Amino acid sequence: MTGPLILTLTTFVPLAGGLLILALRIVGGSAVAGSASKGIALLTSLATLVVSLMALSQFDPSKAGYQLIDQAPWFGGSSYKMGVDGLAIALVVLTTALTPLCILQSMKSIEERLAEYMIAFLVLESLMIGVFCAMDLILFYVFFEGGLIPMFLIIGVWGGKNRLYAAFKFFLYTLLGSLLLLIALIYMASVAGTTDVPTLQEGLHPVTGAVLFPPEVQTWLWLAFFASFAVKLPMFPVHTWLPDAHVEAPTAGSVVLAAVLLKMGGYGFLRFSLPMFPEASMLFQPLMFGLSVIAIVYASLVAFRQTDIKKLVAYSSVAHMGFVTLGIFSFNEAGIQGAIFQMISHGVISGALFFCVGVIYDRMHTREIAFYGGLVHRMPVYAALFMLFSMANVGLPGTSGFVGEILTMVGGFQASTWAAAGAALGVIFSAVYMLTLYRRVVFGEMTNPKLMDIKDVTPLEFFILGLLAISALIFGVFPGLVFDLTQGSTTEVLRMIGQVGQ
Amino acid sequence: MSFQEVAAILIVLSPGLAAAVAALGQRVLGDKGAMTITTGIVVSAAALAAYQFFNHAFGAASEPTTLILSRWFNVDTFIADWAIRIDALSITMMFVVTSVSALVHIYSIGYMAEDPHRARFFAYLSLFTFAMLMLVTADNFIQLFFGWEGVGLASYLLIGFWYKKPSANDAAIKAFVVNRVGDFGFALGIMALVFMIQPAAGVNYGQFGITEFSSIKFDTVFAIIANNAPVQVIGQAAATPIQEVTFDFLGVHVWGLEMAGILLFIGAMGKSAQFFLHTWLPDAMEGPTPVSALIHAATMVTAGVFLVCRASPLYAVTEVASNVVTVVGAVTCLFAATVGLAQNDIKRVVAYSTCSQLGYMFFAAGLGAYGAAMFHLFTHAFFKALLFLGAGSVIHGMHHEQDMRYMGGVRQPMTLTWAMMLIGTLALIGFGIPGTEIGFAGFFSKDAVIESAFASDSAFGPFAFWCGIAAALLTSFYSWRLMFMTFEGKYRPNPHAHHDDHGHADDHAHAAPKDGRAPAHESPWVMLAPLVLLATGAVFAGVLFKPQFLTSNADNFWQGAIVRDADPLYGPHGVHAYGVASETHAPAAEAHAEPADAHAEPAAAGEHAGEHHELPAWVVWAPFTVTLTGFLGAVIFYLLAPGVPRRMAANGGPMHAFLSHKWYFDEIYRFVFVKGAAALGDLFWKVGDKKIIDGLGPDGVTSTAKAGASGLSKLHTGYIFHYALVILVSAVIFVAFVLAGQGR
Repeated sequence: MTGPLILTLTTFVPLAGGLLILALRIVGGSAVAGSASKGIALLTSLATLVVSLMALSQFDPSKAGYQLIDQAPWFGGSSYKMGVDGLAIALVVLTTALTPLCILQSMKSIEERLAEYMIAFLVLESLMIGVFCAMDLILFYVFFEGGLIPMFLIIGVWGGKNRLYAAFKFFLYTLLGSLLLLIALIYMASVAGTTDVPTLQEGLHPVTGAVLFPPEVQTWLWLAFFASFAVKLPMFPVHTWLPDAHVEAPTAGSVVLAAVLLKMGGYGFLRFSLPMFPEASMLFQPLMFGLSVIAIVYASLVAFRQTDIKKLVAYSSVAHMGFVTLGIFSFNEAGIQGAIFQMISHGVISGALFFCVGVIYDRMHTREIAFYGGLVHRMPVYAALFMLFSMANVGLPGTSGFVGEILTMVGGFQASTWAAAGAALGVIFSAVYMLTLYRRVVFGEMTNPKLMDIKDVTPLEFFILGLLAISALIFGVFPGLVFDLTQGSTTEVLRMIGQVGQ
Repeated sequence: MSFQEVAAILIVLSPGLAAAVAALGQRVLGDKGAMTITTGIVVSAAALAAYQFFNHAFGAASEPTTLILSRWFNVDTFIADWAIRIDALSITMMFVVTSVSALVHIYSIGYMAEDPHRARFFAYLSLFTFAMLMLVTADNFIQLFFGWEGVGLASYLLIGFWYKKPSANDAAIKAFVVNRVGDFGFALGIMALVFMIQPAAGVNYGQFGITEFSSIKFDTVFAIIANNAPVQVIGQAAATPIQEVTFDFLGVHVWGLEMAGILLFIGAMGKSAQFFLHTWLPDAMEGPTPVSALIHAATMVTAGVFLVCRASPLYAVTEVASNVVTVVGAVTCLFAATVGLAQNDIKRVVAYSTCSQLGYMFFAAGLGAYGAAMFHLFTHAFFKALLFLGAGSVIHGMHHEQDMRYMGGVRQPMTLTWAMMLIGTLALIGFGIPGTEIGFAGFFSKDAVIESAFASDSAFGPFAFWCGIAAALLTSFYSWRLMFMTFEGKYRPNPHAHHDDHGHADDHAHAAPKDGRAPAHESPWVMLAPLVLLATGAVFAGVLFKPQFLTSNADNFWQGAIVRDADPLYGPHGVHAYGVASETHAPAAEAHAEPADAHAEPAAAGEHAGEHHELPAWVVWAPFTVTLTGFLGAVIFYLLAPGVPRRMAANGGPMHAFLSHKWYFDEIYRFVFVKGAAALGDLFWKVGDKKIIDGLGPDGVTSTAKAGASGLSKLHTGYIFHYALVILVSAVIFVAFVLAGQGR
């Protein structure tokens, strides 16, 4: 194998930690492994974070193209090839930074089969990182699909009452998407003779130099990729698995699901659909705009009527992902930079909101909005943090939520004023559902006697939420931290889609 | 860095720091500590801002400068900094904001003395001050939007400060959401600007004084507009001069700048509670009264007027957008005054009056009299804050009674408050002697606004003029009604005496009235001192600053911060011409066709020009006359025959119902928007998601598949097994295909 190996290391450190816990579990039984798994999982995830930050420090944002490439031959036209651009490394660091927080949270709130849970979580982390680093379509597909298994287990084993229904729904949708994606991959590999992502992005046959995918072929391939990414993102009308999955998943599962797994859809569009099928992407722009705006308006209105806190936040995620697709398919710098930023920002904010829900769920074991009310009287610190994240979710300038929304809308406006105006409606609706939620949960008199003894955030919870709060503010005030990193990726995507100079 | 720049940084950022310290450190500092720190810092900021303002107005007026703190956005031409722009507009606003805020901080020490959450309250007040200062010192539309939303947040938090009260929570959400409706327009306005203002190939923008091309920085945008420079609208074939840009907006072919102007103004309508988007302001009175004075009277609600004045280079060239501003302003000023007639809550009367006065400012700005608009904003800040704080003093003294029907006879126990309110009222109705320079602050500014409307040659000038006159009549009437109902006559105790939740443990609260005096007590000095200071402003702000804002010193004062060329009254071509017609901003302005008009000789400061179109005497005297009429009406109905209006209210009648229900706006909006959104949400959720998508999709498949899957004891393991199998099989198929492909 050639290459600096830093990405390989980042990807497989969590897996190694997971295997270690597995070994302990087999040798020492569940009691020993359960208590040891906490330390091992935390240390592993922190080590992964450190390694990923080293990778980030070695990454040179001023250079175009992929960097830190590890390569080893595999089979056929495929190879084990890892590499990152600014977009990928940003998402990798988002993943590695959130995982330790998830593990910290889970140590407190997961009560049974802790060792197995930690194994699943670490394996999931490996696969998520792998998705963003894979520079080969087959490798990508392995990580992409493989990641569903641990997620599936986390929902199905450690989930709530209705977890089977949710897990099934999750399964059904993803199956649909991935089968179509697979068929497209097979076709592409057979035509190009290679599954190397940079080669396919250039769109020319590596040997003959012929155009790989003429427009009419692109259309079909684009639709197959779309099926998979749209489910993942999720886009209207294939979004209904998300609220159920979120409701049933344990807190950390929801955090990872919202913060990282959903981003795979947006990542997929940027990495594959736009560069590989530029004509088809152009062709489907109206469809994507339509679905984006519907997602924003529809999901926001549905969120407004929810009675379950997690469902509300889940629908809000659907709406916020609408901004991502709006930005990506506006095919301009503002739109794409905004979409990437929105992905990172939503990772922080939605993750934080699910942590917030987890805080009260751990205490009361219900997510019914009507159960709560008046929390501010007993939990002032919690109320303040929750307010900050609510405002970030609403897109208040100064928080990271604003940056992504305004840029994607600015980008969208340049392509379609209708799309931008529709998306801007989301600015109104998000305030409606979020403030209503906050008011019903946190403000008002405390009438439910069961809440009388509820305690404010623990130091650990304060630590987790505090870190996320600082992130949301820092990215909101200095978004350049992300823009500088992702500028190269955006320029490359625009170059490949042929919009540069227009 | 000059002293002025250091001072500006301190003025803007220190309230933010104070808010953070008070919020994060309230456990350590305690209420006293938090109050001392926030009040101390804001008062210091006010002292600096006052120095800066007076120095600018009477000393050496400084050239506009901009301090760059840090880069915020840098994406394509979407470039914006965190910056502090120092020019006449921002210096004026900094002074208004910090001085009123400082007085409100001090006043609140007394008013909120018994509140258990004082630290939080003061943190919010300082947060508001910070956001408002960021708004007024922005050098680009995005930072302005930051401040815009920041004050919205602070307003939301402060309206809902008493978070136990459902009505306060409702009002807070309503304020935020209605403002968001405005922001919808504002955001689209920004997008439209970015869409249009893109560099055209081969144009040297340096010649217009643009160093860095940004689609959202004031310097770039206004220089391009003023010079009518060519821009390359995205997706259009050729570059076009900015004032001739057209594009399709939502299927309608529009003039670009007009559309941007209208969209930005929608934002201003939300923030400044103009007709259609005004409904949140009266409800916002649920917040503590000092909040109403600071946010909902003196500063935040004037942000819309500030926006239009800040963007005066834009509005100066957009006829349609300016007409929209004029009409909406004029309608609001009359509409709100009519509603003010029938309100019984003392704060709501003042709130509608604020709404109405904002309408005056807007129509002045719409007619090009940006100076008059800013001048009225300036004087209004003092007398309206005075009226609110005075009303707060009455409420405080009356043990949280706000209904004027249950007041009366308050003058004797609260003489000083009465005197201050009287000054505020005289300033609000614009009392003064026409033709002289004797009068209260409102006399100078409001008459300038009304006369500007008359002098304007805009098609909507006369409409605005008559609305303004009619509103002046009503203003006088409802203001005196407030004074008489509150302070005069005999005390009318509240039959359903409510017990406030502030633990005002005093035994004389509902004691029987003796000789018609209300059982009130005068407020402490910490509350009265701010009233006295504001009253000073309400008396002198007009006479002192008219030369700066409008007349002899105006050119020197504004230094180009607002466009004065089109001012119908005091502009260089106006009736009372003052100042020199400004050249276009750039030295080499070949794009701008200089109008070779006869007035080219610079109009000297002072008396000059145009005796032939001097304002007729009746115009000058009209505001005075109607104000006097309103006063007499109030005397008749509320002093001499107080039974008449009460009977009118009791007998109902459609007119009274229409007015007391505020033209039924709330009822209509609730039905259409609130219920509509809920119904749509339910429809999408229960029918769209559950019945259609899930019913046809996964659930339908599930019910079919369940029969087959029932053999597996544990469903989830079954699915995982399936899933792994699918992946395995697909991988095998895949490998087979790839290998086959290789083999060919």
